[in-house]
Amino acid sequence: MARIVGIDLGTTNSLIAYMDGKTPRVIPGRTGRTMVPSVVAVTDNGLIVGDSAKEHLVRDSARTIYSIKRFMGKGLSDVQGELAYFPYRLHEQGGVIRVQIGEKSYSPPQISAMILKELKQRAEAYLGEAIQKAVITVPAYFNDSQRQATKDAGMIAGLEVLRIINEPTAASLAYGLQQRTQGTIAVYDLGGGTFDLSILKLKEGIFEVLSTNGDTHLGGDDFDREIADYFLKEIQAHHGIDLHSYPDVMQGLRLEAEQAKIRLSDELKTVVSLELPEGKGQFRRELTRDHLESMTMPLVERSLGPCRIALKDAGLTPADVDEVVLVGGSTRMPLVRHRVQALFGKPPHCDLNPDEVVALGAAVQADILAGGTTDMLLLDVTPLSLGIETMGGVMSALIRRNTTIPTSSKEMFTTYVDGQTSVDIHILQGERELVQDNRSLARFQLKVPPLPAGVPRIEVTFLIDANGILQVSAKDVRTGESQSLAVKPSYGLTDEEVERMIGESFKFAAQDFRSRQLIEARTEATAIINATEKALHQGGHLITAEELAAVRSALKALDTAKDTEDHKLIRTRIQGVEKATHHFAEVLMDSSLKQALENRKLSELT
Amino acid sequence: MDRVQKLSGTRVELQMARSMCWHCQSEVAGEYFCDRCVKVQPLSKELDYFTCLGLPRRLRIDPENLEKRFYELSRTFHPDFFQTKTEGEQTISLGNSALLNIAYRTLKDPIQRAEYLLRLEAGSAKDIRNSPPADLFEEILALQDNLEEFRAASSASGSSPETLEPLRNKLAADRDTLEQRQHDMERRLFELFEAWDTLQDQGEAPNADSRKKRELFLKDMREILSNRTYVRNILDDLVVTIG
Repeated sequence: MARIVGIDLGTTNSLIAYMDGKTPRVIPGRTGRTMVPSVVAVTDNGLIVGDSAKEHLVRDSARTIYSIKRFMGKGLSDVQGELAYFPYRLHEQGGVIRVQIGEKSYSPPQISAMILKELKQRAEAYLGEAIQKAVITVPAYFNDSQRQATKDAGMIAGLEVLRIINEPTAASLAYGLQQRTQGTIAVYDLGGGTFDLSILKLKEGIFEVLSTNGDTHLGGDDFDREIADYFLKEIQAHHGIDLHSYPDVMQGLRLEAEQAKIRLSDELKTVVSLELPEGKGQFRRELTRDHLESMTMPLVERSLGPCRIALKDAGLTPADVDEVVLVGGSTRMPLVRHRVQALFGKPPHCDLNPDEVVALGAAVQADILAGGTTDMLLLDVTPLSLGIETMGGVMSALIRRNTTIPTSSKEMFTTYVDGQTSVDIHILQGERELVQDNRSLARFQLKVPPLPAGVPRIEVTFLIDANGILQVSAKDVRTGESQSLAVKPSYGLTDEEVERMIGESFKFAAQDFRSRQLIEARTEATAIINATEKALHQGGHLITAEELAAVRSALKALDTAKDTEDHKLIRTRIQGVEKATHHFAEVLMDSSLKQALENRKLSELT
Repeated sequence: MDRVQKLSGTRVELQMARSMCWHCQSEVAGEYFCDRCVKVQPLSKELDYFTCLGLPRRLRIDPENLEKRFYELSRTFHPDFFQTKTEGEQTISLGNSALLNIAYRTLKDPIQRAEYLLRLEAGSAKDIRNSPPADLFEEILALQDNLEEFRAASSASGSSPETLEPLRNKLAADRDTLEQRQHDMERRLFELFEAWDTLQDQGEAPNADSRKKRELFLKDMREILSNRTYVRNILDDLVVTIG
């Protein structure tokens, strides 16, 4: 069987892993880094993904998309509260959020597909073979629409998604493999944008999930936002600048907040600095761990509610849990560790890299599906109750939350009016009484033969498969024939849309492959030309006329090459400019024009 | 029913959906897989949960043994192990796994297990309703008044802790009474479980006397289960209201 890879498609970072014999390994990129920032930048020269796209956040924030996972399987009304935080424009079409960039609009699965493609190419380059099949992880608390959107993303990226698996359970597979753990474990998974808690029983290679709970809108992103909001107010108060008018600087502040938070996991205090717009100089503030913890305490507390519910659903007390495992980058925060330890009354484990453990587990699951690993089996649950709308706008639950999957439920439907030819079924997910308080998944229209009222007997089977995704089928009990169902997802792409996006993606795939290096070279060329022009404008008088002419000529040569299709030529000309400006850069260094230098330095990073 | 009793303790022959292999058309002789072509066979839709897990129809089940059977069958049927197989086999594995998971969840919980057994014995026509215990009727009426009063007082603006506290204490006392009551019912239920199992163990061809006993046990269990559900619903409501 062809190789199956495991992918952790994260809110802030994504990883891809494979099974090397009996050991799961994360695949590094050219620079050796294993994490690919989940950022996609639309540039004049094409799309870029990952580290280089992240650089664009502070230069071209309106066209740089991050944290797209927050919008997977969502409508615009679901994210109203945080729209102001995102520099890119969002609108809704057919119940699905779209990101508007210039003339084009992209659905979240399309953006996620770009990240998946980047990972796919990374694996193909590393393993030297085509990758077509994958296991992709999602937060355990993801609903049906969010899971379906993730599956769609895989298809658009040209991957056959053999399984959607829950992040905390994936992590438990990696831990189980490593340590042959037995007993009851709790996996506390606080990532970039989502939080999950899963309680599992590990016994003789069986990983049985007893319960799961979480919050798909709680993660490192929210911590960064708290910090950034605080400094935003400080800047407003002390410098009179409202950074909301400067989206690029806002992104700079957000990244600076993230870095400060990371540093404060090891240090007790750090300095946050930001170049202010309007020539207001530099903003510098000290931030202590105590201050960070007081700002983010409510967020950490929010994660404890789902922990208590999961324990209750599993019929356990904290003392019954043998081990607590920490997953996700945000669990590096000492505050998180303290609170988790206090709740469960035992120090949590963090032996495996919390950033990589989910991808490693996905690779293990991939190996199980490929038939490589046969002694391990994961029995997961559905995180939310599934039901249908009944009279009076009440939800009638068919499958309770924390039921082991796959599972199914059958319901009999009939007609109320003579000659009625269809029955509408509204499917919901959630724990509340009323339809309006639960998540609408889809509306099905069941075709019924025209007969007197009450005579047709249609048995509808609601089946949740091993991916946690709903499949609905219907059968006429009298004839035994299966009945057709017209499906309208409430918050998802239709099959036709996904088909079209796959088509587009394939069309672009060949082009992507050819132009990938070209795009990167062009992007770099543009950045260098801009930075050099700026430096010349500010410090051109510091060098001789001959030298100036040489720089100008090198720049012109690069500019011409930039418009060709030859990425090697562009690379050579970039080196030409670097050589021609070598002395000029030294002169600048000596001069007081540090500003120009810093811009150039920045350009060298890209 | 009787067939299951005879087989109790030994390997149970599972009912398959068809006696003929869906794939090679030969007669199915293997347990879950066709002996000839080694294709997985669909479990019968009529299969009861006890038989599915290879257990006799008893109300006291050793949880360790139940879990062991569940894990074994999961290793047999789970879709993870059919990923490389044909679409037909994958569909069968999905259906079998779903049935197995539901069977396990139902039998794992003693109350759900008893409710399921009652449905099996009496048919779906006699679904268990929630009914208030006759001897608690007065108390429940009083309690519902107390609940209403507390809700009205706590939602009214400006209600002081002094007015709420006595009401809350009254409800807390009601809660304790009901919890005790639920506990009593469960104890009685487990006695009935034991009596039922003993009767079943006596074997087939019951005489008129044991048939009567059987009906009586079932009736008692049904009544207690429906009273218990009723009390539990009130208790849940109470706990949510007074916190």
